[in-house]
Amino acid sequence: MSDPQDEVRAYTVRLELVDEPGELLRALSPIAEHGGNLLSIYHERGNLTPRGHIPVEVDLEATPDRFDGIVEALRDAGVNVIEAGQERYSEEVTVLLVGHLVDTDLSDTLSQLRAENGAVADLSLSAPEGVGEPSSARLRLQTEQGAVNDTLAAVRSVAEEKDLRVVEPLAPGGDA
Amino acid sequence: MDLAIMGTGTVGSSVAELASEYGHTVTAMANVESGAIDADGVDVAAALDRQRTDGMAHLGDADPDDLLAAEYDALIEVTPVTLGDAQPGFNHIEAALQQDNHVVLANKGPMAERYADVRALERQSEGSVRFEATVAGAIPVLSTIEDYGPGTMTAVRGILNGTANFILSRMAAEGLDYEHVLAEAQDLGVAETDPSFDVEGTDAALKCVILANVLAQGDREYTLADATVEGIKDVPGSALELAREDGRTIRLIGEVADGEVRVGPRLVPEHSELAVTGTTNIVQLETENAGRLNLSGRGAGGPETATAILSDVGRLE
Repeated sequence: MSDPQDEVRAYTVRLELVDEPGELLRALSPIAEHGGNLLSIYHERGNLTPRGHIPVEVDLEATPDRFDGIVEALRDAGVNVIEAGQERYSEEVTVLLVGHLVDTDLSDTLSQLRAENGAVADLSLSAPEGVGEPSSARLRLQTEQGAVNDTLAAVRSVAEEKDLRVVEPLAPGGDA
Repeated sequence: MDLAIMGTGTVGSSVAELASEYGHTVTAMANVESGAIDADGVDVAAALDRQRTDGMAHLGDADPDDLLAAEYDALIEVTPVTLGDAQPGFNHIEAALQQDNHVVLANKGPMAERYADVRALERQSEGSVRFEATVAGAIPVLSTIEDYGPGTMTAVRGILNGTANFILSRMAAEGLDYEHVLAEAQDLGVAETDPSFDVEGTDAALKCVILANVLAQGDREYTLADATVEGIKDVPGSALELAREDGRTIRLIGEVADGEVRVGPRLVPEHSELAVTGTTNIVQLETENAGRLNLSGRGAGGPETATAILSDVGRLE
């Protein structure tokens, strides 16, 4: 087993840049200087953050130690780092919910799942008999690496509270 | 081998009819009302004919209680499944083993609810107990596990109830609702008048519990109470439709893994090997050294289940 601290991992860093010439270059140089390997840069020039800055998403590879140094150097250089972490959602799981979805406040169900799991990537609802009758929903949930079982447990607990039925995939994240 | 058949319903009748083809003789057969016993061989065709035309009491002139004291090598226990104390099936097994006769079962009750008791009786007997027919009808699941070694199996999962699978696959294919497809299944004889045993998942769970007992090799005993069971009654057509839009479908899956027994409707890829249609059953064995084995075929029916029983009898010789 190799030491996990020596293992190169993929990270996504979200930065906010002021709209001035040279800002992007200034933001990227600490990454290379501290041993990070740039994988991709997504520069959303037409898009502004609520504070009027330009969001930039940077994918890079580094060892965990070096990554900490990179984040520190970025902050020292005055670059606003919104979120620095390992690729946040790298797995997906699809489940069906069946029952009185509308009567039990679907949007509350979704916000509970969001609070537990971060991301409901996609939702399809089918209520052919009208909202008074049991309906079905298909949810695609994004989850962190290795956290599919935690995500499913969270779905089960929300469903139980609302007396909904969960149809789980046979092999979460796998291809049974 | 001389066979005594306890239970003359669909499966018991088929065993009686096919026995001679496999080189065996039926020396006794009985239902709850009457029995036919003849050490030289019962005239099976005549006995079943009488039962068909005149009723159960006319299978033969013998008292059904005398069957267990008759001359035979293997008892074929095919009485209806009972839960809890698994009676009267359990008593039949006990009597046969105490006389050092073999027992071949299709009745799931004793192996799901009283596995350790049956094994204890078997240890004190010259006779052996075999029960291939209790899991997935004609599909040789237990003999495959026996041949590979239960210790080399890491998980078993599959579709173990043809009625539930028929209903779910018809609902998915035709966009019909549960009640409609159930009525159709009852007309076709695929579902019983009271389908609760099948659609509530109990039947599949009993099979999974038996598999769990076999895999545990006596380290732990499982009964139905250890299984988490959900049925298919409240799976609406809209759920199947949403699954289909996503390239998936819903099947009633039984699973034995990591010491857990679980039966319930699950999402599976629409074109996966597991998504069999109609009354077909499939069992996936996850093996340590040989990857995954898929065994599929007919999981119920008279001649199908009789075939599993007769192959067990063959292994006793």
